[in-house]
Amino acid sequence: MRYLPLEPSDRQAMLAKIGAPDIDALFADVPEEARLDGPIRDLPNHASEMAVDAAFRKMARKNSAAADMPFFLGCGAYRHHVAASVDHLIQRGEFLTAYTPYQPEIAQGTLQMLFEFQTQVARLFGTDVANASMYDGSTACWEAIVMARRITKRGRAILSSGLHPHYVSVAKTMARFTRDQIVHSAPELVAQGDTDSLLDQIDDDTSCVVVQYPDILGRIADMSALADKAHAHKALLIAVVTEPVALGALTPPGEMGADIVVGEGQSIGVGLNFGGPYVGLFGCNQKYVRQMPGRLCGETVDAEGKRGYVLTLSTREQHIRREKATSNICTNSGLCALAFSIHMTLLGEAGLRKLAAINHAKAVRAANRLAEIPGVEVVNDAFFNEFTVTLPERARRIVRTLADQRILAGVSLNRMYPDEEALAHGLVVAVTETTNDEDIETLAEALEAALASTREEVPA
Amino acid sequence: MSMNNQGRPTQPDMAEGTVKTFTGNRALMLEEPLIFEIGAAEETGVDFEDVPETESRLGGLERNQPIGLVGLSEPETVRHYTRLSRMNYAIDLGLFPLGSCTMKHNPRLNERVARMKGFADIHPLQPVDSVQGALEVIHDLGEWLCKLTGMPAVAMSPKAGAHGELCGILAIRSALEARGDAREVILVPESAHGTNPATAAFAGYRVEDIPATPEGRVDLAALEERLGSDVAGVMITNPNTCGLFEPDMKRISDAVHAAGGLVYCDGANFNAIVGRVRPGDLGIDAMHINLHKTFSTPHGGGGPGSGPVVFSEALAPYAPLPFVEKQGDHYVLIEEETAEDHHASSFGRMVAFHGQMGMFTRALAYMMSHGADGLKQVAEDAVLNANYLLRSLEDVLDAPFGASGPCMHEALFSDKGFAEGFTTLDLAKALIDEGYHPMTMYFPLVVHGAMLVEPTETESKDALDQFIGALRSVVERAKAGDETMHGAPVHAPRRRLDETAAARKPILVWQEPEQAEAAE
Repeated sequence: MRYLPLEPSDRQAMLAKIGAPDIDALFADVPEEARLDGPIRDLPNHASEMAVDAAFRKMARKNSAAADMPFFLGCGAYRHHVAASVDHLIQRGEFLTAYTPYQPEIAQGTLQMLFEFQTQVARLFGTDVANASMYDGSTACWEAIVMARRITKRGRAILSSGLHPHYVSVAKTMARFTRDQIVHSAPELVAQGDTDSLLDQIDDDTSCVVVQYPDILGRIADMSALADKAHAHKALLIAVVTEPVALGALTPPGEMGADIVVGEGQSIGVGLNFGGPYVGLFGCNQKYVRQMPGRLCGETVDAEGKRGYVLTLSTREQHIRREKATSNICTNSGLCALAFSIHMTLLGEAGLRKLAAINHAKAVRAANRLAEIPGVEVVNDAFFNEFTVTLPERARRIVRTLADQRILAGVSLNRMYPDEEALAHGLVVAVTETTNDEDIETLAEALEAALASTREEVPA
Repeated sequence: MSMNNQGRPTQPDMAEGTVKTFTGNRALMLEEPLIFEIGAAEETGVDFEDVPETESRLGGLERNQPIGLVGLSEPETVRHYTRLSRMNYAIDLGLFPLGSCTMKHNPRLNERVARMKGFADIHPLQPVDSVQGALEVIHDLGEWLCKLTGMPAVAMSPKAGAHGELCGILAIRSALEARGDAREVILVPESAHGTNPATAAFAGYRVEDIPATPEGRVDLAALEERLGSDVAGVMITNPNTCGLFEPDMKRISDAVHAAGGLVYCDGANFNAIVGRVRPGDLGIDAMHINLHKTFSTPHGGGGPGSGPVVFSEALAPYAPLPFVEKQGDHYVLIEEETAEDHHASSFGRMVAFHGQMGMFTRALAYMMSHGADGLKQVAEDAVLNANYLLRSLEDVLDAPFGASGPCMHEALFSDKGFAEGFTTLDLAKALIDEGYHPMTMYFPLVVHGAMLVEPTETESKDALDQFIGALRSVVERAKAGDETMHGAPVHAPRRRLDETAAARKPILVWQEPEQAEAAE
């Protein structure tokens, strides 16, 4: 077998050294009832690289790749161009096949990269510090809610209706077990978000208010008033950013008073990957740093006084604190953090700003074009690269119809909120630098035709 | 070499004729500044078209302050990260005997299949008809995991091992609550991974230790004594963290079940038994599987991992959303909207979207490559390599459970016999100078100065023999009281780093020198 270097003669020599008659002797502690008489049945035996490659090609062909058709999906995962050098660099074996940097003298590559990553994330978010990444945006969001509970010693979290419904689901699932109270309602198809109603709900029992920026419908709202009210009640404001490219164009949450900013870093350097692996981003104010979950990389010096980096503040972590740890999380998302950081380095300040400007301009063009279609209305006043339209009929049907024509039109709100009939006509459309004018025109014409044909089928 | 008055070297090992260089570099050992020290705000390594002319619809929230990022051109970027990469140790460079972490070779076929555009360039919310091949991968991988573990159900979405643990414990709590039997204690052996008690506490349980026997196994009598109507279950690692198989595992499971509890098994050490023993035959109810350990998806310098959880019939109904089902020759994705008809008792969603797809493709490619026969050989070679290390070292290094019989895929040693003032840390740092990543240190906690050595099955006998030689050499030095060990490593890109200073006044982000000074 190509991955196993031992030869039969090696195995014999090694068994002799051990003093075991055969390999079964090394498994003598396995109780009788759990011993198998050979390889597990109902599973195939080994296969060549060529055969496995072919099997995967066959399965891959059954999927419609975003690059092969006009593509407008967002809602927490975005299609952006990833520079070729990003994928080359993350495949260097010294990054790819390294472990968590517990031996800092021989892990300075990973550690320095994490220090640079933390700095990039903190600056993007407008927070003082950031950690070395989390699993993804949804788990980072829940960890932020838990952190707010630790800081405020209160258990009532108010979630904006504009927060990604999967993030809400994760919080609700976890809160059932931790006995946190989650306050949340579904969004409405209106131009403004729910800032006013959130303001009304903040009280002295509130641990935190969680708002997404831009929100699930693509809307953008100033969160300064929420920060002020939350702080007046000694609660925290948590901002969630699922599309970090937006912060190349928008005022960062930290600048508007958010105490903790979390997000999904996928859209910078990582790729769609059917939902994972992604990379959770987590930033906060300096004064809360010891309550922060996840790994942290810090600067120090070595025995000769040379600058170097180590994992630090590990007394918060589970391998030291066990049941008193700030979180049970062990792994971060190192390689995705590396991809994020490399891509951010390639972009730089100027590149990120330009990328953001292109995204926004193309989205404005798309919104204007779709608004010309009879019966289609753009819900948003403000948006970055994603906006919501209402259709004269159920968006899910239209999405399926267009998918059959090899156009991936967007995410129907019915997919995200199956129980909310009031949202069933909503379609969330994302536009990035990878979208061209021809894609927008193709979508607009196909959408118009699909709406016209269903009007003929089902007379009003 | 100059020595201070404790006899420790104060300079890196400056051989005769070595000169200090202008750059601080030493030939292929290259120093590299931070991107913030070499980049500039206006510099970029990505070219874009011009921004199309449109009105702004940012709602008056345009960013009006600099972000503070810097950019580099592509050649500078490639050089920066290539230089950084060379300061890392990695499996691709050599044996990586980190106990409990299963640092095995990462096949490159897996990288190729994960990057096929049909997997890498698909969106998680595409209509399911347009992602049938992706759902097929998730489904098939789940089938492999069920058959390899002898368990009837699997949850695929957990993002890593600790997340999988949480998944298992939440399923246990849901099952107990569903039968109206609130229990509040989870029993955890004292040798457990730190994540186990952290997970149980996070899920709202009180954690109590179960002691180990002098032979390094769970004390069955003590466990039976403690079981009762307040015990929700046990979290047990098998093979355990002392590197031993728990011969009483089935009796432990039976005892826990008889007392109305459920059994969680930490699958971190599955590599020792994959293809040879099915945990389902030992009576467990839930076990997470680290795809980044047993099934060779790369560790990536600390993730991403993936931690699917297999379940018994008793826990299957409570598994989290979403999951993939095969209906005829069509694959469906069971999410919130479809769950009511199918899995009303699911405890809910743990994560956005559907789990670590990029890890699923890699792990499935690995399983298909090895097949049932190859995976059995994986376990056997992993165990053979570890026992070979154990028996080749036990004459110089104390093996506290060496008399307990064969070890599984990792061998445990203690610092007994080292000269006064010499520690496991000294030995580990000396191993770095020998060109190896150290073993796991000071874990498990039940052994003084523990060294947990896991070679994995992807090492040749020659590689093991050289490692044995290196380890024997540094052990002899530790026993003889070779003071130079306190200064190790001397050949690494950095000498020992001051972790105390790092924690006392944490510097977690770079600041422009003038701001850093002002903050002093």
